[in-house]
Amino acid sequence: MLRVLLLTLSVVAIAHAELCKPDAQNAFKVRLSIKTALGDNAYAWDANEEYLFKAMMAFAMRRYSSKSMTQISNILLCNVTDRVSFWFVVTDSSENVTTVPGSEVEAAIRMNRNRINSAFLLSDKTLQFLKITPTLSPPVEPSTPVWLIVFGVVLCLILAGIVFLVVAGIRQRKKKNKESTERENLEEKCEVTITVENGIPCEALDLKAGHINGVFAADNERFTSL
Amino acid sequence: MCRRHNKDHEILFSRERGAFLIPYFIALLFEGIPLLHLELALGQCLRKGSIRAWNTVSPYLGGVGVGSWMVSVLVSLYYNTVLTWVMWYFINSFQEPLPWSACPLNENRTGFNEECYRSTAVNYFWYRKTLNITPNVTESGTLQWWLILCLAACWAIVYLCTIRGIETTGKAIYVTAIFPYLVLTIFLIHGLTLPGATDGLAYLFTPNLNTLKNPRVWLDAATQIFFSLSLAFGGLIAFSSYNSPKNDCEKDAVTVAIVNSMTSLYASIPVFSVLGFKATTGYWDCLDRNIISIINEFDLPEESIMRENYTAWISFLNSSHPEKIAGLKLKSCDLQEFLDQSVSGTGLVFIIFTQAIILMPGSRAWAILFFIMLFCLGLSSMFGNIEGVFTPLLELRIISKTIRKELLSGIICLICFIIALCFTLGSGSYWIDIFDSYAGTVPLLVIAFFEVIGVAYVYKIKRFSKDVKWMTGRKPNLYWQITWRFISPLLLLIVFLAFVALQIQKPSSYAAWNPKYEGFPMKEEKVYPPWVLAICVLLAVLPCVFVPLVALFNLIKQMCRSKDTSFIQPEVFSCQEANCNFCHPKESIPIVSVCKKK
Repeated sequence: MLRVLLLTLSVVAIAHAELCKPDAQNAFKVRLSIKTALGDNAYAWDANEEYLFKAMMAFAMRRYSSKSMTQISNILLCNVTDRVSFWFVVTDSSENVTTVPGSEVEAAIRMNRNRINSAFLLSDKTLQFLKITPTLSPPVEPSTPVWLIVFGVVLCLILAGIVFLVVAGIRQRKKKNKESTERENLEEKCEVTITVENGIPCEALDLKAGHINGVFAADNERFTSL
Repeated sequence: MCRRHNKDHEILFSRERGAFLIPYFIALLFEGIPLLHLELALGQCLRKGSIRAWNTVSPYLGGVGVGSWMVSVLVSLYYNTVLTWVMWYFINSFQEPLPWSACPLNENRTGFNEECYRSTAVNYFWYRKTLNITPNVTESGTLQWWLILCLAACWAIVYLCTIRGIETTGKAIYVTAIFPYLVLTIFLIHGLTLPGATDGLAYLFTPNLNTLKNPRVWLDAATQIFFSLSLAFGGLIAFSSYNSPKNDCEKDAVTVAIVNSMTSLYASIPVFSVLGFKATTGYWDCLDRNIISIINEFDLPEESIMRENYTAWISFLNSSHPEKIAGLKLKSCDLQEFLDQSVSGTGLVFIIFTQAIILMPGSRAWAILFFIMLFCLGLSSMFGNIEGVFTPLLELRIISKTIRKELLSGIICLICFIIALCFTLGSGSYWIDIFDSYAGTVPLLVIAFFEVIGVAYVYKIKRFSKDVKWMTGRKPNLYWQITWRFISPLLLLIVFLAFVALQIQKPSSYAAWNPKYEGFPMKEEKVYPPWVLAICVLLAVLPCVFVPLVALFNLIKQMCRSKDTSFIQPEVFSCQEANCNFCHPKESIPIVSVCKKK
């Protein structure tokens, strides 16, 4: 009886060894970078973690296909290295000697990638299934690009500045024009009040003497009139 | 006295800096400072814009003024486009995460955009998202609407600051001149704390004397001085014409040159510490990638190979498993190689610096600060250029006096904006490189040469020394005499001839960004087609050709007039008389007195 049991166990072990080996059919290599992801909080990879992995794989297979009856014993791990990398296969729950096709396993993992990652506190980059490329999530894009908003603000400031300066310039010009007309009015009143030109009172000056040049006025007769 | 400096151009268009300092200082001493003093003294004495100033010095030299006006126009056109790029990066810096930090995904979301993946995210953002560059200069591509918006904003800012000429520019300069110093200090403090900063600084200060053998380095130093001090643009003459006639222009010249060099040195410290940081990070990344490949291949535990014991492990593994190591195709990581990646041109700012900024914590704030600083620096140079365009136009009798200043500056800005639209095409950045290499180098040399020759031999140094003595109170000493008479013209001539010789030796080529090229992401070396070469020659010759043209024109006029016996020789004037007889248009003193109420 014992011998039969030993024989079956050894057959199963050999069969398992046949199923799970590097580059076997439907086998996947997994690589974990725990220290890179968690630094000081890194946990050690031991038999318990392997058990969790088997459980997650079984969960993924069950979730993917409702009629799947995958047990933890159906997940075979082999070639565990110090890197923390290993190979695994998923055997058929009904027959222990065939493996589930790789495409199904891949689809199941893709569907549940998030749950698998969070069980190990890792991400797509630190828990790698080497044949399965992760789909990348697009970056968050706001409805209006941010730069347009900033540009609008900058442009409004500039235009406000230009309008302000132009209007101020126009106002200054108007004020100057008003002042010069006021000065002209004052000049007309010059003759009434006592005014000073160059320190000499206007009355002392012969005002007309500045306006008409005696030299040329005398020559008026020489030139022919128009 | 407005102290302007053109650090922006240096940062944007500078070549490798290590041994650059030596030719730079020699050029500054024998070319920069004498020319600076000359232009400042000339503007202060004659109190006119560049065109009328040179006409007053001698009618045969009027072409020098026109030439420098032409150069100012050409430079203003393309320079503001560079500011457009800075503004585009500035308004994009408000996004979190920075848009140049990650590649966008491709259509089916399985990987990254191919062009971005093969080069880097920073390169992709610059060449595709900003410039949308075409594979060669003959393909013009389309107008990029986002660049047109930013260009309009930039010209609006220039209009705002120069709306009433020197009045508004003088106030704007306070901001644009002081703010960059603040930001540079902040970057200096932060840059020195970054890892790898000391490597960058060591690289800056240890001159590699081999580079001095390359004549291109000397050429670049000589032409860089012109942009750095804004010589031969006519802007300096315009600015110093607003100074009082008794201002000490000699002290100003030396002060400006020293402040300029100190600023240059001060600015290069944070630049090089950031470059050192980037090189070190790149080196560490290279090492880390190699380490990961080795660990994965040999299934060694994590953190068994660190950067420190990398070389020991490599030699051990090479001896035990050489085929496996060879199969990994590891890249050789060399820190010196990363430091030597001398990127010239706009690449320095928009590729290398933006990459370094992503690596810093709080990158959004650093990016915003950095691009505001660059914008202020570039804007203060634009003021000088626009002033060099604006003031001569105001003084020429072509423009009637009834046009208001605001309207004139608006018209100038509008015309420049419309012409500069061609730089927003797909091939725009190639054209800007052309403008920078040809319109910004040769004409400046030629004009500066004729300026020095004109003052030293046509106006005569003795007269000029007397004028300077009247203004500053002391005669120019031996250094000025020797440099004005002999050294500066000789140096300028040598540099000009060397430039022409170098150009003839090898056909002008440019580096094009072509995603379909086999060696992508390396740039493709292409030669300019003949019609582009013709434009290059035109750009270089156009400002220079005015010098002989105007001289010839005046010579013919003189010969016609000498046949007419009643022609009177124009009076020989001096600075003293010039200030009594020629009133500056801005401060006209009313000659007619007004009756005042007692």
